[in-house]
Amino acid sequence: MKKITNPENLEILRNSLIKQENPSMTCISVCLGTGCQASGSKDIIESLKQEIEKQKLSEKIKIKSTGCHGFCERGPIVVIRPRGIFYQKVKPEDIAEIINRTILKGEIIDSLLYVEPSTGKKVIYEHEVPFYKKQNRIIFGSNGSIDPTNIEDYIRIEGYSALSRTILKMSPEEIIEEVKRSGLRGRGGGGFPTGVKWESCRNAHGEPKYILCNADEGDPGAFMDRSLLEGNPHSILEGMIIGAYAIGSNEGYIYVRMEYPLAVERLKIAIAQAEEYGLLGKNILGLGFDFTIKINRGAGAFVCGEETALILSIEGKRGDPRQRPPYPAQKGLFGKPTNINNVETWANVPLIINRGAEWYSKIGTAESKGTKIFSLVGKINNTGLIEVPMGMTLREIIYDIGGGIPGGKKFKAVQTGGPSGGCIPEEFIDLPVDYDELTKVGSMMGSGGMIVMDENTCMVDIAKYFLTFLADESCGKCVPCREGVFRMLEIVTDITEGKGKEEDIPLLEELSKTIVDTSLCALGGTAPNPVISTIKYFRSEYEAHIKEKRCPAGVCKALICYEILADKCTGCGACLKVCPQEAISGEKKKVHTITQEKCIKCGICMDTCRFEAIEVK
Amino acid sequence: MLRSDPIKVKEILKHYKYEQSSLIHILQDIQVEYRYLPKETMLFVARELKIPLSRIYSVANFYNAFSLKPKGKHLISVCLGTACHVRGGKRIAEEVERTLNVKSGETTPDLEFTLETVNCLGACALGPVVVVDGHYYGQMTSLKMKKLLSSSKGGRGNGKNEKDNKS
Ligand SMILES: Cc1cc2nc3c(=O)[nH]c(=O)nc-3n(C[C@H](O)[C@H](O)[C@H](O)COP(=O)(O)O)c2cc1C
Ligand code: FES
Repeated sequence: MKKITNPENLEILRNSLIKQENPSMTCISVCLGTGCQASGSKDIIESLKQEIEKQKLSEKIKIKSTGCHGFCERGPIVVIRPRGIFYQKVKPEDIAEIINRTILKGEIIDSLLYVEPSTGKKVIYEHEVPFYKKQNRIIFGSNGSIDPTNIEDYIRIEGYSALSRTILKMSPEEIIEEVKRSGLRGRGGGGFPTGVKWESCRNAHGEPKYILCNADEGDPGAFMDRSLLEGNPHSILEGMIIGAYAIGSNEGYIYVRMEYPLAVERLKIAIAQAEEYGLLGKNILGLGFDFTIKINRGAGAFVCGEETALILSIEGKRGDPRQRPPYPAQKGLFGKPTNINNVETWANVPLIINRGAEWYSKIGTAESKGTKIFSLVGKINNTGLIEVPMGMTLREIIYDIGGGIPGGKKFKAVQTGGPSGGCIPEEFIDLPVDYDELTKVGSMMGSGGMIVMDENTCMVDIAKYFLTFLADESCGKCVPCREGVFRMLEIVTDITEGKGKEEDIPLLEELSKTIVDTSLCALGGTAPNPVISTIKYFRSEYEAHIKEKRCPAGVCKALICYEILADKCTGCGACLKVCPQEAISGEKKKVHTITQEKCIKCGICMDTCRFEAIEVK
Repeated sequence: MLRSDPIKVKEILKHYKYEQSSLIHILQDIQVEYRYLPKETMLFVARELKIPLSRIYSVANFYNAFSLKPKGKHLISVCLGTACHVRGGKRIAEEVERTLNVKSGETTPDLEFTLETVNCLGACALGPVVVVDGHYYGQMTSLKMKKLLSSSKGGRGNGKNEKDNKS
């Protein structure tokens, strides 16, 4: 491919790509996101290729490997276009049938359809799947239809048109004004207005200036950035180039977390292609603007998601956060003015330019504009990534999109904001989700993890979980965080082990206050949130652990035991065989029993039992 | 045990143009090459990049990606992210600990397996998730983990078990 040397040629290329595409040609798209790959989608592509080859259909059928569609739990996902037939949990054995029946005869294969858990209804078309219906997928939607390793797919759907428009027709100030008017706020957690941040970096003294993309995505339970990086890398690159032009920078870095090797691979391909097409590098689109992007792989430290730590890590140092101000906009990478934004923030930029701030700011609530991608996971029927307008209520998200709680269990809480966030109880189920509303109830937006918890989740255990995480990830630079979080963990651990004392709750509250007030960075500053919010909303669970030495949810090992229900046990002997402690005894076809002294509460017997005869007490 | 080979390390240094700011990249590549950071390579890198050894040690110590002890041939990463935690990820880790008789972060004495617990692999929809040598296994239970371990011991984690893991 020859470099595109002016904006007109980009339009010529786009038009010819649109013309080349035959909208009535059958296209089978297979998701190659991490989730679907884990369920074997690479084998699906192989089988498809073989079958199409065998039947000599390659002229008539196109195969497209796409990024994540969001509905990872149902993977591997196959969508047959133009009809939009949606097949889920597809296996290589199904391929011949898909070709012979669906493609050649137009029949629908019943067994591959998605069944709505609540109604038992089968769904044929992608747009009718309730999981997608209530979403507004303006950022994430193209993931399912473009091949992330092919820049032409992105160019066909308006890709890089925002870039050429901004450099050609807008001044840096106008771009910043447009982003400000759109109301876009940072998607990395803090929710800082993006346009204001850009302006401050543009106005800062010092050369060169740097542009960073925070792709460290450290919040456990959040993977939206991963799916954008893997499924639509060019949208992030385009956003960064526009930002660089507006701020006046020629050098950018993307800092990707080490757990995301596929994202790094896809980004490398995307950067190479953008350079080849003249959309990145020297003299972009012949308009005299230079910008390069380098990739930095993280090395496994949660705190490196914090901007000052991330900057030190790019410099090859330990990622210990430092005091702000000075903010990175004034003194960032290599001591120079630096603008850092999150992956999803960058991906919003081309859309704002293409559709205009007016259009964009109509989506969402008064103070939170646009959409947000959430990872809806945990104890929920439809797990996966969803994109909804800001302000949708938790009820709509959990019940209408998520399909409710599996197994008829009762909803208990939803955790948002990662380790800095909190647990929101059922009484706030009608809360509209935006930055400010979440903060009001003691949680926060964070990067968009939404972990749903049911009656079998112990809230004291959740507090312990986050404290363990944070004590582990604390960099150790400041005392309140290093010592304080550790002490809190010790106290909460005692409570989960039945060694809690009544004064522990006020002690935890007091410690929380001190840590919030005195920590150096936001890791420590928000570390007590999971404890504060669980004490606030689930105090009775703490009390049950402390006073009655009882874990109501049946989770805390020291306070539970496994028992076999005599009326359900058939005496099949399956549990007896798998028990690593030989703690189960009983004759064949007679009710078995567990010797509690030997039991280590590993739970294998319960996993094994097919009759639901083992219960946690 | 693998011995470090200065030619390999030199190649890595050259690739990054002996830049001090590439220290993390350099250590990452050494870690991939030897499955840990041998002491003599750290000494060598310190000399070549003119960085104090203490700084290299502090970087190596800070980031989870680096190990100062040799890691096993097979890497088992059990996810303990929030989504996996609420679906019972911890019990999976305990199963591995029990079967291989190692704690999280440790390697079996025969250098076959290293067990790691990690904070979210970004495949939360499939939780609890375990990754063995780069292959993802979703919706794990203690029982499936037990089976997977016995098959990995015989051959290796070759992804064949993924098929039984689909519900
Ligand atoms: C402990 C800690 C971890 C963070 N982790 C991330 C992260 O994984 N990804 C991210 O984009 N921002 C993270 N942030 C926020 C960043 O410091 C920074 O505010 C953000 O990248 C700015 O981008 P935005 O304005 O687009 O949101 C973290 C902050 C703290 C204190
Ligand atoms: S919590 Fe385990 S993959 Fe995200």
